[in-house]
Amino acid sequence: MSFRAPRILPALTVAVLTAGFALVFLWTPNDADQGFIQKIFYLHVPLASTALIGFMVAAVQAILHLRSGNPKWDVRAYVSIHISVIFGVGALITGAIWAKASWGAWWVWDEPTLVSFLIVFLLYCTYYPLRYAIEDRERQARYASVFAIMAGAFVPLNFLAVRLAQTLIHPRVFATSDGGLPPKMMLTFLICFAGIALLWETLVRFELASKSSRAKLGRLRRALEGDDAAGQPGSRIAPVPREARG
Amino acid sequence: MRAYRALLAKDVRTELRTLESVPAMALFSITTFVLFRFGLDRERLEGSLAAGVLLATILFAAILAINRVFVAEREQGGFDVIRLAPVDATALYAAKVSILIVYLLAFELIAVPAFAIFFLDDAAGLLPLAGVLALADLGLAAIGALVSSIAVNSRARDLIAPLLLLPLLVPVMIGAAGAAEPLLAAGGPSYDGFGKWMAVLALYDVVFCLVGYGVYEFLLED
Repeated sequence: MSFRAPRILPALTVAVLTAGFALVFLWTPNDADQGFIQKIFYLHVPLASTALIGFMVAAVQAILHLRSGNPKWDVRAYVSIHISVIFGVGALITGAIWAKASWGAWWVWDEPTLVSFLIVFLLYCTYYPLRYAIEDRERQARYASVFAIMAGAFVPLNFLAVRLAQTLIHPRVFATSDGGLPPKMMLTFLICFAGIALLWETLVRFELASKSSRAKLGRLRRALEGDDAAGQPGSRIAPVPREARG
Repeated sequence: MRAYRALLAKDVRTELRTLESVPAMALFSITTFVLFRFGLDRERLEGSLAAGVLLATILFAAILAINRVFVAEREQGGFDVIRLAPVDATALYAAKVSILIVYLLAFELIAVPAFAIFFLDDAAGLLPLAGVLALADLGLAAIGALVSSIAVNSRARDLIAPLLLLPLLVPVMIGAAGAAEPLLAAGGPSYDGFGKWMAVLALYDVVFCLVGYGVYEFLLED
């Protein structure tokens, strides 16, 4: 198994993201209440949604890994979680900026979506120390998959519990009694969402390709040095495709 | 079923002979109550503060038990024996969930009355509180047994278990504190929103029991 760097996908991502942000600044009207700052919505919501979808994708890949025993799915689940955690940092930062601008505070505890996102984010941050702490690679992969499935089941439950616990002040922009998002904003949002989702997929593919070629490089180097017994290739934390082992 | 009974009986017997977990949890909880007494500078608690103090203490005490629940299996080769025996992995999971529930119930029989003596004016809410704690215990045990068997096979055992557990237990804390708050209210227990929170706890329990049942065998194979 080896992963190749994508060729068309990066260009498509750049095109869709550029189009999306051009629409955000040139075509979409300012929000009547919040004015210009509301435009961060076109970045913040896609980042957060893509991160959450990425966590669920990782859970599905982890199930496939446990069912098939193929380490390729573990590598994929690892990279999905990795990129989603990075997107999660972006969502938390843009969320804090938006909160400061429209509610006057960097962090609002009454806000169920904010709080549940933070809890999910903290949970997925523990994925790294968990992988670090298990030395045997095969067991590391299995345990990481079990964790990814547990955490995947946890995400919707956590959102339910936190939402029930608090009052609603987060903007409910898609399904409100007064009709939700105007068509211009909706279209721009969907294009931005598609752009961010494509960005996620592009980064995942590049990360997989990088892991794959790093493993290949390690293998070639060891063959060159004639030392097959050298240590495991790749970094300690990251899973390595099967072809590169031993 | 026979394997489940044998494993559970083994753990009960071990605990009765060594008295390692429950007394430590009880002692821990009473010390924590004393700390809260001075940390909060309050002699009487009610409502959300009472629920928070009680449930945070139970949760942290549960981590003590969860950290230890697989130590014997790990250190004395119990995992190998179970893998060798023609026994379903889920029997071990069910036994560990059950023993954690037994520990938690035994511990709460000491901790909750102690909490009432220290902080409560009115003990009328304690009976319905037992139902809340039973559902919370099942959630703690279902997640605890899973996380503990992950953590026990890792290098940083004592670090990994609480690190994974605390975020995973946030919904249990929210649900149990939400249900316990009206029961411990100042003017005697009420049932405001009680059903909603019990439903959240029950849903959490069902989901994580099913997840544990589904994935546990992958934690055992080697």
